[in-house]
Amino acid sequence: MRNLLVFFSKYNAFFLFLVFEILSIVIYINYNSFQKASFINSSNEITGNLYSRINNFYSYLSLQEVNDSLATENARLRNKLKSSFYVDTIAKHKVNDTVFKQQYEYIVARVVNNSINKVNNYITINKGAKYGIAKGMGVICNSGIVGKVVNVSEDFSIIQSLLHKDSQFSAMLADNKEIGYVEWGEDFDPQQAVLKEVSNNALPKLGEAVITSGFSLFPSGIPIGKISNLHTKTGGYALNMEVTLSVDFGKLQYVNVVINKKAKQQMELEAQQKKNE
Amino acid sequence: MNRALIVNVLRFIVLVFLQVFLLKNISIYNLSIPYPYILIILLLPFETNNFILFLLSFAVGLTIDAFYDSPGLHAAACVLLAFVRIIFINLTVHKDGFDNEPEPSLSLMGIRWFFTYVLVLTFAHHFFLFTLESFSFSRLPYTLGRLFFSWIFTVFLILLSGLLFFRSKDRK
Repeated sequence: MRNLLVFFSKYNAFFLFLVFEILSIVIYINYNSFQKASFINSSNEITGNLYSRINNFYSYLSLQEVNDSLATENARLRNKLKSSFYVDTIAKHKVNDTVFKQQYEYIVARVVNNSINKVNNYITINKGAKYGIAKGMGVICNSGIVGKVVNVSEDFSIIQSLLHKDSQFSAMLADNKEIGYVEWGEDFDPQQAVLKEVSNNALPKLGEAVITSGFSLFPSGIPIGKISNLHTKTGGYALNMEVTLSVDFGKLQYVNVVINKKAKQQMELEAQQKKNE
Repeated sequence: MNRALIVNVLRFIVLVFLQVFLLKNISIYNLSIPYPYILIILLLPFETNNFILFLLSFAVGLTIDAFYDSPGLHAAACVLLAFVRIIFINLTVHKDGFDNEPEPSLSLMGIRWFFTYVLVLTFAHHFFLFTLESFSFSRLPYTLGRLFFSWIFTVFLILLSGLLFFRSKDRK
């Protein structure tokens, strides 16, 4: 027994090392597989508040760009107004719309923490469960899709951005509606993604727009990017192509969280179908 | 004793702020990412108790993790760093012959020893950090590139800070 104690105290550095190293790795592995360790990440009170303060300061530096993007957004919306169309029909009949109920709702939120240079990138925003945000909702911004919500606290949410090893979103080619999915490219370029599993019948063109299909978290028709390269690394039964993303993830300031009001209904129905089989 | 404590606490706060709010946004071609916050651990006094050393490294790592959203990753790398530090100092430094609370700083130990010290310890930290982060062999060349360029960048920043706070009267 004494010898054992002497042994331990002689090599105490090594044993302490083992204890702490195992502890850290356990924390790391747990977090990796469940995204659960919500007490040590930037949605907790202290780091979240610090980040939003620093971000208040940063946001002054890019007011110009935000203003520009808001102005473009305004112009785009104004183009959609009835008053900006030339009316050439003879009779117009306005019905109180009971057929189309609003399916998607948007909540605007400010980005308080962001990264683009890691293998797995996350974005923290300053709205949380209090505003009705929940896990699994899609997130877009003016220029395209951003990612999905993976963790929510009272006042903050964490978004797994498209620039993440595990992110996959259903997408389609704008012209011929061929479906595939986008994920982040192999070379970790924050501007590039890959569109995969498009059927061989599609005839994609360089520069063709890639948009959301409406099968996942987003309404259909939200831009994702443009095809930048058709030459594919892996061939086979389906086409893969490179896409230049329309969102500049490094400069994200404001995002919209998409609340799909019918999502629950759809998921329940699909789950039931699966059970029936 | 008190002076050493205050200096180390201040160093901790300044370096964490610098790392989290400034250097986190800096990366050269997405390849070179500096982590000079490890200076907090590198510059702890020689006579720090092993247990305290590990505890502090773990705490520093977790603090950085809280801001980087990667619980455990930096903590694991910092604990390894502390272990390598103990081995390195045991092999190269004779403990007696110092008066009150010496730190392994550039001004005290001289450029040759300090450069080797920083080179070896930074490599250990970065190697562990980047391998653990990517967690697979499939992107090995990319990971190695990141490791190499980040290593150079961090060592450069640490030496720069060593020169910035150089006090010639420390040298015997």
